[in-house]
Amino acid sequence: MPKQTFILNGRTVTVDVNDDVRVLWVLRDLLGVTGPKYGCGINVCKACTSHVNGLAFNPCSVRVGDLKPNDRVTTIEGLADTAPGELHPMQRAWLEQDVSQCGYCQPGQIMAAVALVKRLRREGRELRDSDLDQIRNICRCGTYFRIREAIEQGARAMR
Amino acid sequence: MGRHVTTFDRPDPSSDLHSGLHGDPRSGAGPAPGLRRRSFIGYVLAGSTLTVAADLGLGRPARAEVPSGPQVPELYDLEDLQTDSALPTSHLIRVVIEKDGTASFALPRTEVGQGIITSTTMILAEELDLPMDKVKVRLAKARPELLLNQLTGGSNTTFSTYTPIRVAGALARERLLRAAAVLFGTTVDRLFTTGGVVSDALGNSATYGELASDAASQVVEAVEVVLRPKEDFRLVGKPRNRTDAHDAVTGRKKFTTDLDVPGALPTMVCRAPTHGGTPKRLRNKAAVLALPGVTHVAVVPTGVAVRARTFGQCIDAIRQMEVDWNPGPAAGESDKTVLSKLRGGELPMAVPDVPLLAEQVDTRFTFAFRSSAALEPYAAIADVRPDRATVWAGLKVPILAQQNVAQAVGLPQDKVTVNVVTGGGSFGHKLFGDHAIEAATISKAMGKPVKLMWHRADEPRQGRLHPMATSRVRATMLGGEVLSFEQRHTSVTTDFSHGLGEMITSQADELDPIGLGGLSFAETIFSLTQELPYNFGVVTQLLNEPLEFEDVFSTGSMRNIYSPDTCVASELTIDQLARKAGLDPLAFRLKFLKNERVIAALKTVAREGGWGRRMPAGTAQGIAIHKEYKGCTAVLAEIDCRPQTVNRDLGKETVTGPRVTKVVIAVDVGLAINPRGLEAQMQGGAMDGIALTLTSSCHLRDGRFLEASWDNYFYTRQWNVPKQLEVHVMPSDSETPGGAGEAAVGSTAAAVACAYARATGRVPTSFPINHDQLSFKPKSFEPPVPPSPTNGLKLAR
Repeated sequence: MPKQTFILNGRTVTVDVNDDVRVLWVLRDLLGVTGPKYGCGINVCKACTSHVNGLAFNPCSVRVGDLKPNDRVTTIEGLADTAPGELHPMQRAWLEQDVSQCGYCQPGQIMAAVALVKRLRREGRELRDSDLDQIRNICRCGTYFRIREAIEQGARAMR
Repeated sequence: MGRHVTTFDRPDPSSDLHSGLHGDPRSGAGPAPGLRRRSFIGYVLAGSTLTVAADLGLGRPARAEVPSGPQVPELYDLEDLQTDSALPTSHLIRVVIEKDGTASFALPRTEVGQGIITSTTMILAEELDLPMDKVKVRLAKARPELLLNQLTGGSNTTFSTYTPIRVAGALARERLLRAAAVLFGTTVDRLFTTGGVVSDALGNSATYGELASDAASQVVEAVEVVLRPKEDFRLVGKPRNRTDAHDAVTGRKKFTTDLDVPGALPTMVCRAPTHGGTPKRLRNKAAVLALPGVTHVAVVPTGVAVRARTFGQCIDAIRQMEVDWNPGPAAGESDKTVLSKLRGGELPMAVPDVPLLAEQVDTRFTFAFRSSAALEPYAAIADVRPDRATVWAGLKVPILAQQNVAQAVGLPQDKVTVNVVTGGGSFGHKLFGDHAIEAATISKAMGKPVKLMWHRADEPRQGRLHPMATSRVRATMLGGEVLSFEQRHTSVTTDFSHGLGEMITSQADELDPIGLGGLSFAETIFSLTQELPYNFGVVTQLLNEPLEFEDVFSTGSMRNIYSPDTCVASELTIDQLARKAGLDPLAFRLKFLKNERVIAALKTVAREGGWGRRMPAGTAQGIAIHKEYKGCTAVLAEIDCRPQTVNRDLGKETVTGPRVTKVVIAVDVGLAINPRGLEAQMQGGAMDGIALTLTSSCHLRDGRFLEASWDNYFYTRQWNVPKQLEVHVMPSDSETPGGAGEAAVGSTAAAVACAYARATGRVPTSFPINHDQLSFKPKSFEPPVPPSPTNGLKLAR
């Protein structure tokens, strides 16, 4: 069986699985990394949002064979290690705003928020309401309003 | 361990929990005579460490005698029904003081995001005088001895468990004080507790952990307990963050599919194209078994199950299956045919349609099918062996799931263990044990443990739906007074087989005197939840669920059962009455409302939301109220229906439409245990209300539901979230909490509908307002699940 190698949360991992299995299932079913959640499997709900080389991506829609050995995948479990402190500033903002309800979508929401703020930094502009409007991550508990407040707070703390 | 105590000394039913202080002669431990507080009976159970218990039936409030005239929910509502059903059957809930000084409690309810673990932790920490991090609340397994008292629904948890949990906590603290008094050679009145330590003024101290063995009892004792007065609360009533928040933001919070049960490999089901369709046969079993990762395939009553190394390989296998199907019971039905049958089943109005001199308003509204599915799809782990079965799942009625699983796999009920896992949302969906029963059936068929997960596409197509309904209202006015207000709600059958139905049967004697005997389950639930708190003369609200829809659709209640639909219909009609009376919607409501709490909430949103402010053409305000579950809400909404907003383009897979720009909510639930959690419930309820009125529905065509994912089923998304969202928790002197989980859904749905009507000058008659145009291309039915995309790296940003 083909061997798949990539960097997961700072450590190189190798898995025996076919090329065409999507990364989400490699993470969840084979590596036991369950922070990224399944909500649709077709890159709509964004519950599995994680980072690849610092960019937001949805592992439900990537074949594991398409990852290169030096591709860095970061899931919610590895987010805190990408910034100083026990938690990432966005996670702290999430706690202060008491965003989560059931919590199922929240790992994806946080990973999307961090990538959004970083992208705006690269583009050299501030966070706008219209940026928040375009976030696609679904929260069926309806925590959206607190998500907006937490992202604004987390963005300030990420300076 | 202790044994169960089966006889209880109940509180005097004539006393009133709500009024607080009482001169109960049985209370010897309370304050001075005349200011004595009510006492309750708790139990110390036998054990090696302190174990206390209380009867869940203590949650029952006193009620007035039944006069004639008022509507049923003013006297006896769904909360009372659920609470009373516990009385003859409930056993005890237990709190254990562990030797490490923590208190542990298995809550016989289900956490699905509503925050009951946090609020229960607060209540126990309050009575025990323990820090919250030393109170460990987990979810109880199915406890068949609790019978009906292990159902999480109808916004009932806090209402029904508040007093029993306090009794257990207060008793444990009292026992620890007594143990310390013996140890220190002093008396209880010279001792005080702080943060899990008992001390006296002489410098003696002992932790709860050190006292737990001494405080333990050799025998079961019934003990009188006096609860902490509300004025002394340090935790209850103050905003607290969720106790599971850290786990949620770090990805450590575990849901059913995150659990690692040995041998339970990923399992999914290939389902029929028609709603409720069943498999005839799998034509290519050998080919499917040969696919990568696949271990087992089995035809089960609900479809063709496949077990594989990964869920991705299950999806691939389902897409390869060649299955012959039997059509479901809804074959041939479409939205149009169902609506036409509903209209044929509508009950007549009592007031003739041409009353002399009076003015009359007749309205009729249609509400489409909706999916109650949470973001976590149905999922369950099952390990069925010849002599026993174990199940793990998010279940709001685990005892019923235990019975159903036992029946499905042919085992006695006591050989089935049902572990309750925190759910990733419910909204009514997890009242049913469909997922647990299916997982157990598959595990038995394959002879292996399985981790079953539904594909997203399965949820709207084969999962539980909120039924399609019509609501008609006829109101008559004469000389500015409303003489009559009749509402006739006609619905596709709502499935109540999750336990509420059994509650009604068990309470038949109680319901008879208030005129509910002889009604169907659904009619009874409707009567117990509907309340129109206006002085509108003769008010009747009736439900009919025509028999021809029995067992045709898989249905259930969705966050607030009937109320969002009936509330939209009645509040839109009230706006029309106001116009006929020449009054603005706020003034008209204030003139006719008969409940002071509702009036106070309405005035709050009008003031805080700036009711009546000038707004541009194409935008407007709407205002509405809802009273249910011993509480009430008022909502002011502003909407923008201008073309540049309605037609804004956010790319593929998005539906925009009118945007609600502001929502102001006032909520009165009586005692708010955790105002921050209550605020979250109101915000979430508002998002549901916006979705119900504007965007989310399921389309039925020829027996098939077209929706298959979140790019078809338009729940509120960030681009539809109001930029201003305020929640005002009304002050209350109530000693007891009311229901909160569903409270804001109906009032928000109605306020948004009223705002839309005022902004556009057209009263919408069909909900959601975008249901009549199909905003997506339906995904394939055979295969029933869409392919997994492969372009994710290109879209990384």
